[in-house]
Amino acid sequence: MTDLRQTNAARPSTKTTSRPRPSRTRRQRRSIYPSWFYIPAAALYIVLFAVPTFASLYFSLTRWTLFDVTFIGFDNFVQFFSDPQLLRSFMNTVVFAVVTSVAKVVLGFALAVLLTSELIGRGYLRAVTFFPVLVSTIGVGLTFKALLDPFDGIVNGALAVFGIQGPGWLTDPNLALLSVAVVDVWKGLGIATLVYIAGIVAIPQDYFEAARVDGASSWNVFRNITFPLSWPATGTVIILSVIGGLRSFDLIWAMTKGGPGFSSDVIASVIYKQYQAGFYGLSTAGNVVLFIVVTAVMIPISRLINKRSLDV
Amino acid sequence: MSSIFTTRRSMALIAGAALAAVTLAGCSTADGSSADGPVEISYLTTNGDDSIATGEALIAAFEKENPDVKVTLNTRPGGAEGDNLVKTQLSTGEMDDVFFYNTGSLFQALNPDSTLVDLSDSDWVSDVTDGFKEVVSTDGGTYGAPLGASYAGGIAYNKKVFADLGIEIPTDWNSLVAAAQKIKAAGVTPIEQTYGDTWTSQIFLLTDFGNVLKQDPKWAEDYTANKAKFSDEPALDGFTHLQQVYDEGLLNADFASATAADGTAALADGSAAMYPMLSSFVLSTLMQNSPDAVSNIGFFAMPAENASDTTLTVWEPSAVYIPKTTEGAELDAAKKFVAFVNSPEGCAVQVENVVPGGPFSTSACSVPGDTPALVADIQAYIDADKSAAALEFLSPVKGPNLENISIEVGSGISSAKDGAAAYDDDVKKQAQQLGLKGW
Repeated sequence: MTDLRQTNAARPSTKTTSRPRPSRTRRQRRSIYPSWFYIPAAALYIVLFAVPTFASLYFSLTRWTLFDVTFIGFDNFVQFFSDPQLLRSFMNTVVFAVVTSVAKVVLGFALAVLLTSELIGRGYLRAVTFFPVLVSTIGVGLTFKALLDPFDGIVNGALAVFGIQGPGWLTDPNLALLSVAVVDVWKGLGIATLVYIAGIVAIPQDYFEAARVDGASSWNVFRNITFPLSWPATGTVIILSVIGGLRSFDLIWAMTKGGPGFSSDVIASVIYKQYQAGFYGLSTAGNVVLFIVVTAVMIPISRLINKRSLDV
Repeated sequence: MSSIFTTRRSMALIAGAALAAVTLAGCSTADGSSADGPVEISYLTTNGDDSIATGEALIAAFEKENPDVKVTLNTRPGGAEGDNLVKTQLSTGEMDDVFFYNTGSLFQALNPDSTLVDLSDSDWVSDVTDGFKEVVSTDGGTYGAPLGASYAGGIAYNKKVFADLGIEIPTDWNSLVAAAQKIKAAGVTPIEQTYGDTWTSQIFLLTDFGNVLKQDPKWAEDYTANKAKFSDEPALDGFTHLQQVYDEGLLNADFASATAADGTAALADGSAAMYPMLSSFVLSTLMQNSPDAVSNIGFFAMPAENASDTTLTVWEPSAVYIPKTTEGAELDAAKKFVAFVNSPEGCAVQVENVVPGGPFSTSACSVPGDTPALVADIQAYIDADKSAAALEFLSPVKGPNLENISIEVGSGISSAKDGAAAYDDDVKKQAQQLGLKGW
């Protein structure tokens, strides 16, 4: 969230470089409220965020059965990284995050360009694109699980009409993860499109008018105006979908439970299974690792994107 | 300005007073009901149709006999999710007054000595079989009372298909494979597998355990002590057999997506000849979906390499427990309820609602006269002393990933040897979590 706020805060600051020393205004603003004013928010923050974070750091160093706790140092981390399934699930997580992010950027942008053009029933079409976002992920997962059933599913039923023997979308170990990724793209595309529509609509009309006066073709308008000026939207979409992809769990769990075998396991589902098995310390260690991985991936990405949006 | 301020303050005062009054009223009703009204206790069971039906019927019969006690039925999910819920409820002190849970190693993981009420001085304990007592006791006491009958794991088969093709019940592994080939040649699915319900994939392995124990009576002990491994014979057989039935194409075409209900249906209508499964599951599904087929389904033990080693693997029933957080009048009522479950009246209710998948573990209950063929087959193994308890009752070590490892081996993703090695790694985590020696 902080990354997004930075993206937004960074943009106006480029325009207002003439204003002297923003740091002083910030100091003045802080003194508006007495310090007790912050106590309720601070208390909530400490109880709901700070304490659990530090508690989880502690529990990740223990063997924890909910009934008693044994301190075992870094054994959980050693165990977590020596897990034979971990490497595969890690690769799956990366593949899933990359595939879904790229697809959402490309398709979301294409749809947004379409839906910002003069279309009949544009409002309706925009709403329809957004509908899958509103449906519960578990519901979507279970529905697609039924649709993709290799024998009774409607997808393979439709393929059979054309004489094609459809594969086991969710039961073939090579296809399962990609099938889930496709459904994830379908479900998450609405958000990406919405962000892009907002980005494109926010581009000042002056540019388009100037381009039209200069006689630019629509490809040139797209290439030189729409595409570069919706870069902040691209940044937001990438950040949102990479974070979502890295910690994706609910859709995968509803559709394959990481199966068949371990072929669609991601880090989050491995952690969940460890928690289910009662390895509370081990799964907490896994969550600490996931937290570090997501942070390590996101900081450079958001830095890069912020830099680009400042340049634009 | 000041008038607004005072109005607000007085509003706040009124609101505060109203709140206090409500709270006080709440307290007084709570006190009153425990003094003269009926004692209210709650009973937590799993959310399966059978256990809800049994729970409701038991409560109705119990309340009729004990009008001063009111029992509420709560449900929880089964499987690993349910295990977590029970552990969480126990550790936070939020557990229902009586709850239904597994016996054996899952029961041991509840830390019974500090969380459960010792029931060893109850009258019904003397009726319970020694085998059952072992799986609900620690050195500190006996904590559970059986609810439901024991059941077996093995192969449920369609008698008509076997008879039509002139196939005898196989007692060693090679004759099972030969029989399967013959069935396949006749155009019937020889062996049904249902990996759409992942838990069913473990059955091949778990039901082979009776055979392992017959070949090495100390195997479970050695396994707990980190001396015996699934990568070595005799336990490796379970994995190799699972791989073999896939490699030889003896499975149904939809094995990867079929559910256990699909599997039972295929067995019932004769499109599949054999289904490795738990007897209780097959029986209750048949009773619900195709009651006419019950008499046509028999049961035999998972064959070992040598016929002389073939032994039926048997599971003790689950039990009802009382947590330490239940006290006073509620505790007395809870104990009464547990005793009722194990009384002849309670047994009658149990039998009425669920057809037992095997013999009962208490002398207070008996399987009714018109025994299904499948239960009679199981009883024959027990009478002939060719049965053994499942591994989960003899060792607390069970890896959480057995389902998925079995699916990998059983659908050609990995070999039996790799699967067994992966499972040996998997159990290590569980053993360490339990703090066992030698790991």
